[in-house]
Amino acid sequence: MTTVAAAARIRPKRVLPGFGLTMGVTLSYVGIIVLLPLAALVLKGAEIGPERFFAIMTAPRTLAALKLTLSAAAMATAFNAVYGLLMAWVLVRYDFPGKRILDALMDIPFALPTAVAGLALSALFAGNGWYGALLEPMGIQVIFTIWGVAFAMAFTSIPFVVRTVQPVLEDLDPQYEDAAVTLGAHPFTIFRRVVFPAILPAFMVGVTLSFARSLGEFGAVVFIAGNLPMKTEIASLLAVIRLEEYDYNGAAAIALTLLMIALVLLVASNLLQARALRYKGRGA
Amino acid sequence: MSHLDVAPGALAPRESRTVPRLLIGLALVMTALFVVVPLVYIFHRAFAAGWGVFVRNILEPGTLHAIWLTALVALITVPLNIGFGVAAAWALSRFEFRGRKTLLTLIEIPFSISPIIAGICYLLLYGRTGLLGPWLNEMDIKILFAVPGIVLVTMFVTSPFVVREVLPLMQAQGSEQEQAAVTLGASGWQIFRRVTLPNIRWALLYGAVLCSARAVGEFGGVSVVSGSIRGQTLTLPLQIELLFNDLNTVGAFAAASVLTLLALVVLVLKTVMEARR
Repeated sequence: MTTVAAAARIRPKRVLPGFGLTMGVTLSYVGIIVLLPLAALVLKGAEIGPERFFAIMTAPRTLAALKLTLSAAAMATAFNAVYGLLMAWVLVRYDFPGKRILDALMDIPFALPTAVAGLALSALFAGNGWYGALLEPMGIQVIFTIWGVAFAMAFTSIPFVVRTVQPVLEDLDPQYEDAAVTLGAHPFTIFRRVVFPAILPAFMVGVTLSFARSLGEFGAVVFIAGNLPMKTEIASLLAVIRLEEYDYNGAAAIALTLLMIALVLLVASNLLQARALRYKGRGA
Repeated sequence: MSHLDVAPGALAPRESRTVPRLLIGLALVMTALFVVVPLVYIFHRAFAAGWGVFVRNILEPGTLHAIWLTALVALITVPLNIGFGVAAAWALSRFEFRGRKTLLTLIEIPFSISPIIAGICYLLLYGRTGLLGPWLNEMDIKILFAVPGIVLVTMFVTSPFVVREVLPLMQAQGSEQEQAAVTLGASGWQIFRRVTLPNIRWALLYGAVLCSARAVGEFGGVSVVSGSIRGQTLTLPLQIELLFNDLNTVGAFAAASVLTLLALVVLVLKTVMEARR
């Protein structure tokens, strides 16, 4: 019976022409543009051998770069978790003049090329920039420090949390909140016990995406970081430096590690996404 | 939108004014500090020395060449990407086949990979000691540190953009209209041009706009494969970095303001098209 059902589902679809052509184009494009280069990296990585790989990844400069990248990305993500949630809440729940402009502004960090963002931020925080002129007399240095790296990462990943939480918050049935109000719950309690659990899966997807993007951010960071070895050098920049030194093994090892972290985060966000969808389905 | 009236804040008179006002105020201040000021600052610095200096900076040969090269890369990349996007959306939405989910994941992969890693992959593939390096050398084909390498990396980075917009729409629309066209004896190309294309044109245009914006602004991946040869392989974002490192900040901001203006145009187009779709 299942085979009949499956056949019935497949047959009408194959009525349309163009399967061979479109499939051929798709597979060639993905193969040549995406898979072949990735295969080159994996093959190069396999060539290095586990011992050499381990030595490269535990060298002090590599460890310092990884530590900086992970800590700055964590700082950027923490900022965006709070800011993103605030923006999603304000944009969905309140009406005020200029709301649509505020909503559109959330897309700026994705629309703006990262090199432009990096240039603007590093100049803003430089001693003669608008922010630097205010902060430096107070003894706060942002450029050439981890704060600058984190700020650049935060800027380029602003939209993730906002744009994942926003639709879920919009779909949230207000009757549960109304019930909580009639039961005399404090607004903050309602948020914590009713709203937050409902948006948590989507929020976690946004946070994961934001963290992944921060780890991979390059353009905005290299402008503001100063790129001092052992201090403000991010992992992907170190990989590029190794390439420029013709140390292909070093570059491949670091790039492969970053690739694996990115893939783990991709799987995590897909699993979270599936959970978020399940949750939504149950609520409806 | 009607549930706004009965939002919890509205039912609890004690909190109804203060908390929303506080949150809205906080949102406005933070967005002003983190998004608006950097944006304004770009134009402020670009035009700080006046229009004359701005125009001179834009017309400087290096920057002019970078603008031309960036446009060229986008003009090659975007049409190829549209072709791929439509083909992939057709294959994935109109047919059932084994490995469909895997193919979808593979198409999405460039989104989760840092462009800088993509650049390194391309260098390891086409570089002198790379997989294809010796063969390319023998055939005297130059890919790295030249336009083909820049185009290929940009294709990698932008490859999911068109599919992502067109595929969900084609899936939602279903294929009844196209099947009807088949029974009426239409050819594949006729079906696509007369039935499918009119249905997906806004999503297609939207994807193409996002793809162009990304192609024009790509920095990390391109910086690895371009070799940064002055006046030859510098795209506009790379030219910005070069000017910045040369301490020509005014020139860097002039070049950056061109890209910023483009980004703002894209945002406006996006808003308009989202309403249309």
